[in-house]
Amino acid sequence: MTTPTDHRMPELDFNTPALKRHRKLRALKDRTAGMGIAIGGSSVILAVLLICFYLLYEVAPLFSSASIDEKASYSLPAEEEGESLYLAMEEQSEIGMRVASNGSVVFFSIEDGSVIETVANPREQAVSSFTVESDTSRLLAFAYEDGKVLISKHNYKTSYPDGQRQITPFVDYPYGEAAISVADFAIKKLAIRDGDDGLTIAVSGDTESAILKVTKDVNFITEEVELTEQRETLPFIADINSLLISGNQRSLYVATNAGMMSEFDLRDFDNIRLKDTAALIEEGASLVSMSYLVGKSSVMVADSSGRVSQWFNVRDDATNEEKLHFIRDVKQPVALVDLAMEQRRKGFATLDERGLVAIYNATSERQVLDERLSDATARLISFSPRANSLLLEDSKGMHFYHVDNEHPEVSWSSIWGKVWYESYPEETYTWQSSSASNDFEPKYSLMPLAFGTLKAAFYAMLMAVPLAICGAIYTAYFMAPALRRKIKPVIELMEALPTVILGFLAGLFFAPFLEEHLAATFSILVVLPVGILLFAYLWSRLPAGIRWMVPEGWQPLLLIPVIVFLAWFCLALSPIIEVNFFGGNIRGWITNDLGITFDQRNALVVGFAMGFAVIPTIFSITEDAIFSVPKALTQGSLALGATYWQTMTRVVLPTASPGIFSAVMIGMGRAVGETMIVLMATGNTPIMDFNIFEGMRTLAANLAVEVPESEVGSSHYRILFLAAFVLFIFTFVVNTIAETVRQHLRKKYGSL
Amino acid sequence: MKMQKKSVSEWVKSGDPWVWLNAGAVAISVIMVVGLLLLIAVRGLGHFWPADVVQATYSLPGDKAYTIAAERVESVEVTSAQLREAGVQLPDDSEEFLQRTLLKMGNRDVYGADFGWVLDKYLSDIETPEMLFAAERHEWGNLYGYLMSVKEDGRIVSETSDVTATASALATWAMFEKSIERAATIHDDIKDIEKYDIGKINHALERIRLKQRRFELDGELTPAVEADLAAERSQYDEAYRGLQANLAALYQQINRDSFVVRVMDGTEHEIQVSKIVHAFRPNAMGVTEKMGFYFVKVWEFLTDEPREANTEGGVFPAIFGTVMMVLLMTIIVTPFGVVAAVYLREYASQGWVTRVIRIAVNNLAGVPSIVYGVFGLGFFIYFLGSGIDEAFFPEALPSPTFGTGGLMWASITLALLTVPVVIVATEEGLSRIPRNVREGSLALGATKFETLWRVVLPMASPAIMTGVILAVARAAGEVAPLMLVGVVKLAPSLPLDGNYPFIHLDQKFMHLGFHIYDVGFQSPNVEAARPLVYATALLLVMVIALLNLSAVTIRNHLREKYKSLEM
Repeated sequence: MTTPTDHRMPELDFNTPALKRHRKLRALKDRTAGMGIAIGGSSVILAVLLICFYLLYEVAPLFSSASIDEKASYSLPAEEEGESLYLAMEEQSEIGMRVASNGSVVFFSIEDGSVIETVANPREQAVSSFTVESDTSRLLAFAYEDGKVLISKHNYKTSYPDGQRQITPFVDYPYGEAAISVADFAIKKLAIRDGDDGLTIAVSGDTESAILKVTKDVNFITEEVELTEQRETLPFIADINSLLISGNQRSLYVATNAGMMSEFDLRDFDNIRLKDTAALIEEGASLVSMSYLVGKSSVMVADSSGRVSQWFNVRDDATNEEKLHFIRDVKQPVALVDLAMEQRRKGFATLDERGLVAIYNATSERQVLDERLSDATARLISFSPRANSLLLEDSKGMHFYHVDNEHPEVSWSSIWGKVWYESYPEETYTWQSSSASNDFEPKYSLMPLAFGTLKAAFYAMLMAVPLAICGAIYTAYFMAPALRRKIKPVIELMEALPTVILGFLAGLFFAPFLEEHLAATFSILVVLPVGILLFAYLWSRLPAGIRWMVPEGWQPLLLIPVIVFLAWFCLALSPIIEVNFFGGNIRGWITNDLGITFDQRNALVVGFAMGFAVIPTIFSITEDAIFSVPKALTQGSLALGATYWQTMTRVVLPTASPGIFSAVMIGMGRAVGETMIVLMATGNTPIMDFNIFEGMRTLAANLAVEVPESEVGSSHYRILFLAAFVLFIFTFVVNTIAETVRQHLRKKYGSL
Repeated sequence: MKMQKKSVSEWVKSGDPWVWLNAGAVAISVIMVVGLLLLIAVRGLGHFWPADVVQATYSLPGDKAYTIAAERVESVEVTSAQLREAGVQLPDDSEEFLQRTLLKMGNRDVYGADFGWVLDKYLSDIETPEMLFAAERHEWGNLYGYLMSVKEDGRIVSETSDVTATASALATWAMFEKSIERAATIHDDIKDIEKYDIGKINHALERIRLKQRRFELDGELTPAVEADLAAERSQYDEAYRGLQANLAALYQQINRDSFVVRVMDGTEHEIQVSKIVHAFRPNAMGVTEKMGFYFVKVWEFLTDEPREANTEGGVFPAIFGTVMMVLLMTIIVTPFGVVAAVYLREYASQGWVTRVIRIAVNNLAGVPSIVYGVFGLGFFIYFLGSGIDEAFFPEALPSPTFGTGGLMWASITLALLTVPVVIVATEEGLSRIPRNVREGSLALGATKFETLWRVVLPMASPAIMTGVILAVARAAGEVAPLMLVGVVKLAPSLPLDGNYPFIHLDQKFMHLGFHIYDVGFQSPNVEAARPLVYATALLLVMVIALLNLSAVTIRNHLREKYKSLEM
């Protein structure tokens, strides 16, 4: 312990242990705070930037290809029964089923190929032909030499003994265990179609063809089902490859090996007529198969040249009849062996001679997989109902694969291009995202939404840009400073108004108001500028004594009563105009005489409401830009004898133009992303029409409507994220351009 | 003549017309803003005024005449062509223009619809009888008619046969008012029990269920534990049965009184007094009475819960939800925004990276709010939320706790949406602080952090406050993202109550902005809901205007305080 001895010069000791400790503590505090701020700050910034990456992360799987990997491989289960005619799996992909060539149905474990049960052909006759109604209905049809057809169904029962799932396969006979007699000749080819009202079976032998219709009639009182059968002969066509009955049982398609298709009209069953013929494949090739895609709307035709073509009914304008129309095709280089359809999406897989499997989606025209799976003679492939696994049979045996194919229905071209959807007369841009049924073809074209967004933004800008820029010019350059201090906050207050209020007023007040006062609205557009000019001229004619009562820069106050009067005048005049020029009902006149569709909530309403929301943004940035033009420039111009207006247009505006440009860009960004106004002030129908009297659906409004309802991880969900990403990028880019321009401008002014 | 012409062209040449047109644009903008605010104010405030109920005879040509009693809502002039188009049968010689009035006729249970348009021309014998009363009901909207009698347990205690203000009519009315008051008291008691006491028991029972499930999942559900839980449960069940008995008695009491009303078509209906919220005779009220009633209604609007699918009653839960959400958001956004700005301005080395980040942050303020909503739903709710559920709330699954929209996610989403506003404002504040102030502090030996904490941040506080308040104002008005992350049209309970853990961050909530959207556009009875929507809109505008104004005031005040520093 030292005590200060020199009393003349008191010296402070900064190195006492307490002070040292204190200093250390302060330094530590400083370091931790610095680190904390660095970590906190950068993580906040990262979190904000995370948005962009998260959106991308959700979108990315849309465009990734499918993958397939082999899970099991074994020799053909119950090989002694013969090769397979047909393969299938149940829902959980635990049990496989194959129909052997001798007519027995073999159920086997997918995992190891062990046979669970073999249901032998119940008849003594050999099976002469076989077909399935569809993969989803699980109806199997066996035809025999004696002209009879037996219909059975492979079925599965799920039970939970001791909490474990157990699936038991069985075969049942929905149309009875006895075979149905269809024809009196040996059947070589057959087709069946089952529906709520009954069943149709078409068969063909070596020289004859016949058709049977079984109609189900449910007695309303006893609820008994009564079956009536009707048999007809069909015109015989030689060399038949396949028969196909349409989903509504109104048409029968008969295709020959050479690919000539004849369509028979079955509506009038007593008088079946040939409706149409068409060549399904190119010359030289031969037909491999003809079958329906899920939904029984599209016919898929596979041929020996490796081509698969899609056909569906399109109404012919000339004859007003529906005809099978070629839509699109895909091609493999070698002959195809089999075609498998997905059961819940418009997807299919091809198997060719090389053992190569390709998976496609019809709507998006996208090939998601192309992989050689077999080096032996490949015979059959089949999808599981969920399309998450695939069964392949070749001469070596059976192979089981997992398929990871989440989003085949989306491709860049189907999102931004025209697509020909089933039962549409032509290629269209359509957004129609959801439906309860698996047969539904989802239509994910973002074009109508992007169009709607731009349309809404266009009309909003049409209203906002002139008002905001003119207003800003006046406020920044001509207005008296005292007035400017009051007017500026008022207009900027508009920016703080929640858009939900603007939207609600637009939808519930303005839209009906506009509909009732259409004539007034349009006359205001003309009357206001003319009226203002007229007033201005008359004002300039007034004696100077009166004019000087209102100093320069206070004109808007003079104009307010004038504008209110003019607007009132137009409103009062509106019914008279309507009665004298439009027969008393301008809305009816627009719809009937002009032939323009008129919605109450239309683009005009959106234009006004959203214009209102955008005005303050454009106004305040433009005003800043004009106000900060260096005074030296304008004073120089005025000193050289230019008028105020000449100075404005020749000096101020060119200097401020980058700032005005960035104001317009930022306003545009705001209009594009605005949700509530569009949601409430339009009908939200995704149409592509520039008509000012019709509504639209914008990307943003679509997100608000559909995101809460879409299933997490589905294609729909990811497409919506894509829409959000598009919005994000669009506004981000627009704002960045605007911001860069503005900073550039600031620098330039700085140097002046 | 020549002089005149020349001066016109001169006038055009001088550029004056353009200046005037620009002045016109300013005037139009101002008229639009003021007009819009006036429109909301007039319609919103008018909603609470007890309008006179008129009685009149309405006879459309070719239709039989009938008496109506209604409030006038609005009046428009229409052309007869438009009416014919709409399917109204008009005589051929009717005028070109007709005055059409929207009437609120009430009595939805009797007439089927409570609003109707009439043509003024065919209204006759218009009067405002003093004894005609209007009653707001818990359901079926307003009731208009004449009071005929009041009954207790089906026994008439007061009756009248007059529809004019005779002594017997007034006595019956007084009886009626007393009876309503009594029913209202019991109604409040019932609501208290149902909402708080039974709500508490339900909450406790649910917690016991979850506890049991938790034990089950952990494999620790021994018979002893089970017995404990059952004992606890039976205790609550006991309390519940007691309350149930109380309730039954109260229900018996509240249903004691009824009254008979004669409606305009002459039929008489017996209605229970407990169905009535207010009853009043607007035609007999003076201006002072009306004023008093007006304030009662405004108070009810601010403090009551909504009734009848949100078309009647108050918006208290929506106010509460908005305030809660905004408060939470402020708590989140302020520190993070300030820290980020301090880092960017004071700690990060200034180079092109910070410049790019600055532009990016600036531009994020311009990204559409719905995009933040989509992000919030995807990332917070589906990604983080379901992860939290699996880790911390497995007992509640499959019903989600944080894996669905709620107060917390909504606040965080909005915090993310508004954080650029705070960052930008704070940075601006920081950049305005002169260098010498900082250097002075450092020269005196303060560390960087001390300089920041004691000198820089206080000086930047006006800017920070401005940023926060602007963020709050933006968040209060934002609806689109909230629709995705947790706002509902009707929340069963407030996110803050007396049940453990008191703040329910996982709960869905109501919001003023969404209330406007929902009531205005999703409501089954738009006409009835419309005035309420205007009132709600007015409230929201006022809240936001207040926030903006306070931003300005606080900024000015703080500027004043630190003015001496800024020399």
